Amino acid sequence: MPAVKYLMLIHGNEDVWNDLPPSDVAELVDRVNAFNAELEESGELVGVEGLVNRPRSVRRVDGAVVVTDGPYLEAKELVGSYVMVDVDDEQRAMEIARSYPGLHFGGGLEVWPVMRDERSPVDG
Amino acid sequence: MTAEEPWVDLLRSLVAPVLGSLVRRYGDLTRCEDAVQEALLDAFRSWSKDGAPEHPLGWLRTVASRRYADQVRADSSRTGRELAAFAALPRDALVEPGPDAEQPHDDSLELLFMCCHPTLTASAQLALTLRAVGGLTTREIAAASHLPEKTVGQRISRAKQRLRDGGARFELPPDPDRGPRLQVVLHVLYLVFNEGYSASNGAELHRPDLTRRAVELVERLHARLPEDGEVAGLLALMLLSESRTAARVDQGGLLVPLAEQDRSRWDQAAIARATTVLTSALSAGRPGPYQVQAAIAAVHAEAPSVEATDWPQVLALYGILERMAPNPFVTLNRAVAVGMVHGPRAGLDLVDELESGALAGHHRLLAVRAHLLERAGDTGAAATAYQEAARLAGSVPEEAFLLERAASL
Repeated sequence: MPAVKYLMLIHGNEDVWNDLPPSDVAELVDRVNAFNAELEESGELVGVEGLVNRPRSVRRVDGAVVVTDGPYLEAKELVGSYVMVDVDDEQRAMEIARSYPGLHFGGGLEVWPVMRDERSPVDG
Repeated sequence: MTAEEPWVDLLRSLVAPVLGSLVRRYGDLTRCEDAVQEALLDAFRSWSKDGAPEHPLGWLRTVASRRYADQVRADSSRTGRELAAFAALPRDALVEPGPDAEQPHDDSLELLFMCCHPTLTASAQLALTLRAVGGLTTREIAAASHLPEKTVGQRISRAKQRLRDGGARFELPPDPDRGPRLQVVLHVLYLVFNEGYSASNGAELHRPDLTRRAVELVERLHARLPEDGEVAGLLALMLLSESRTAARVDQGGLLVPLAEQDRSRWDQAAIARATTVLTSALSAGRPGPYQVQAAIAAVHAEAPSVEATDWPQVLALYGILERMAPNPFVTLNRAVAVGMVHGPRAGLDLVDELESGALAGHHRLLAVRAHLLERAGDTGAAATAYQEAARLAGSVPEEAFLLERAASL
């Protein structure tokens, strides 16, 4: 398909999340569910998963592989979930990202184009 | 992937005619298409056990009609009167009798225009065309595009809903709509054709039946609209592309660029037909982008070797194409031709111009720069450029090719 997949990593700030009143959390959950449902309806959703807040970082330090608790990124920024979509162009991907409800609650998204497994006409 | 049974290709080619005749009869694309898809799945199940029936077209039409009738009966939103009318009919009354010898009116083209309706998004047009006209199952489309089956199914349902809500009509659009809508159809067929060429390592995704289906449909369009130069141009372009199939991929599954292909493996019959079709179209004097692209491909097809290629003519044709349909990718291809005619440095100058435009940082631009640097003898810079291009490659086969290029220098 000439459509392109985009992976959206949804970041949240740990402090902001912890400070959200329960009613806000409930509203956020509802709006995110609606967001996902809409993408499913439109045939653009490839996958969505929540990530358990127990990340480990694995890296090499002084010649040895070290595993520690905590995210690879800065401690306060967590990746709470990801969404993968399949859309006609980057414009549509950005439209979707901009409409993510978590943005109103201090969250942010990283949007990554996903490599295709085949050549496509756009490759030239 | 196991080899396909011999009847599979025939079965797929029957989907569009059967669907066309059902839609012409009942007008309900949404349910008719679902019914035909279910009948297709029934056929796969039943024919792989018992072999293909004696009259495959009749079989598929019968089963699809039954499936349609079942759907209608099951639909509780129908009025009581409609349901009673249906209930009163014997189950097979809706089924058209008739041997395969009776050729139905070819509705594939009307179907094609419907699937490529402007109210649908590009990916919806392609998915619907692959299923309703290409005769692929939802699962096959999903597998080819690495998507969940559910996503593709939903995309197609949504597309059919939009067609129904938008009042899309089952007919070849009249002028003045026909021209622009035909362009969309040609573009989608080109994408279907390229779907057949999505050869990744292992060739699992090479679908010769899809390329054949696309070519068949364009052939039918050409027969129906013989005056249309762009239809002829696309047909010629597809045939020329197809002619190189045997030489495009090496044993390791890596893509072989045009310049390095074993030309003795090119299909001369396909080239001959393409040339006939194209010459006739060009003589009508209404050139368009597909005709020009086909003409470029024809120049390559005629050349016994890359050195013997008429590069000045290729360059001139790219110039024409660029004026006709300005596109940075066309300019990039022209840069390659400039390199062949006026030397690599001249080509690199053009690439530099493109660097400040829409293709800035695009892997294709980087790959062309790398190629021209290689030809200029600047192997160090070329290797770096290939690596950079690989880093930004949009697909796995492209990345593999570019890395291999870098490594070979």
